[in-house]
Amino acid sequence: MSLDREMIRLDAVTKTFVMHLRGGARLPVVSNVAFAVRGGECVVLGGPSGTGKSSILKMLYGNYRADGGRIDNNGPTGWVDIARAVPRAVLTLRQSTIGYVSQFLRVIPRIGALDIVASSAREIGLDEPAARAKAASLLERLNVPERLWHLPPATFSGGEQQRINIARGFAAERPILLLDEPTASLDGANRAAVVELIEARKRAGAALLGIFHDEDVRDRVADRVIDVTKFAPEASAR
Amino acid sequence: MSVQDDRPLLVAEGLTKHYGPHLGCADVSLDIHEGEVVAVVGESGSGKSTLLGLLSTQLLPSAGSVRYRMRDGEERDLFALGEAERRFLLRTDWGFVHQDARLGLRMGVSAGGNVGERLMATGWRHYGRIRAEAEQWLERVEIARDRIDDRPDTFSGGMRQRLQIAKNMVTRPRLIFMDEPTGGLDVSVQARLLDLIRSFVGDYGLAAVIVTHDLAVARLLSHRIVVMRHGRVIETGLTDQVLDDPREPYTQLLVASILQA
Repeated sequence: MSLDREMIRLDAVTKTFVMHLRGGARLPVVSNVAFAVRGGECVVLGGPSGTGKSSILKMLYGNYRADGGRIDNNGPTGWVDIARAVPRAVLTLRQSTIGYVSQFLRVIPRIGALDIVASSAREIGLDEPAARAKAASLLERLNVPERLWHLPPATFSGGEQQRINIARGFAAERPILLLDEPTASLDGANRAAVVELIEARKRAGAALLGIFHDEDVRDRVADRVIDVTKFAPEASAR
Repeated sequence: MSVQDDRPLLVAEGLTKHYGPHLGCADVSLDIHEGEVVAVVGESGSGKSTLLGLLSTQLLPSAGSVRYRMRDGEERDLFALGEAERRFLLRTDWGFVHQDARLGLRMGVSAGGNVGERLMATGWRHYGRIRAEAEQWLERVEIARDRIDDRPDTFSGGMRQRLQIAKNMVTRPRLIFMDEPTGGLDVSVQARLLDLIRSFVGDYGLAAVIVTHDLAVARLLSHRIVVMRHGRVIETGLTDQVLDDPREPYTQLLVASILQA
């Protein structure tokens, strides 16, 4: 990971949903999305709900398809356009380069919180003891009580699940990190913990791109805010 | 996902199967790489089980081919293999987990015997070693050692499925086929089985083709999804992409029909 190197580059990215269950209604989400993110900076996507912020993150991670344009990620063997990459190449890129903290934890039956976080750390090659140590320190920083560490998070509160999710996202340190409202259901102390984690990743040279509705957090972590409304399909059609 | 070789392990091209005038599946092409889990989803009658039967050479295609990279690295056309060679492949380098355990197990033979059989097929002769290996695999699938001499018809549904998995895993296959492996099980039993399959796939770098109508199972276990309808593949891609951003009308309907707990 290196500071100031371009890690993400979007150009002319377009997304329209076609809702076949509603008679094929077309729902344009964004068009002509273009920006870049460098190592060591945290760029925040701004704008009201429904303007396509989350869709942009998902296209970058590859779980949404882009209808047009390029989404280049700086991987270990050079730039990869995730909008055109075959599934195996997307998985390889996620494994090596792109981390993603979603809004909600997708629980895995029977797997305890600590193991969920540790398995994420193992994905980037930490051995079992190192992965568990890393997981434990993250859960501690995020104030997850130790009595919960070995329980599957299915029955945890929304805030507890979100903290497990954040710990999982930060356990594997990759050069690009996408954050989809990681602080949405957290109290002040935990928001501060997430801000610290983000700052540590920035110092390490990772490129961060996130959505934060909480203004206080946004002001503390953002190097730049990109106003997503300028990518509204009507705006670019004009 | 571990990648030992860039070439696919299995390559199916133009697989088609007619049952008389009836279409089983039509023109299906599919690559599977080492360590890759592919879920084949669709409703009853979509052709997903026919596809599994063709890929695993248990059915003969009306047209099309399946090539497989053997352990020695040589790629072979599976329908050109002799019957003995194909059976050997199925009993060593491949596994098959059936929804109905009675198809995958010999119900009148002890649990240890079911597992040991596959070892004997690969040349194991020493009784003590076969038994010790069988014991280890039973333990790994969470079946108590003292059940080794019991017959699977005394086991619960979940135990039978786990025994099928142990039986398949004992020869360290590279590719495993599963036909609705969690079908008909209680949800708590299902969770335990899914957890086991997930850890084996990860720990042993297994490739797998899993036929399921359950999109949650597909999401949990697979890297890629193949959606079938009326015998044809209508959509394919990364699992989270197909489920989060389905493109085809039928896939959108399937995804919209999932019950949320």
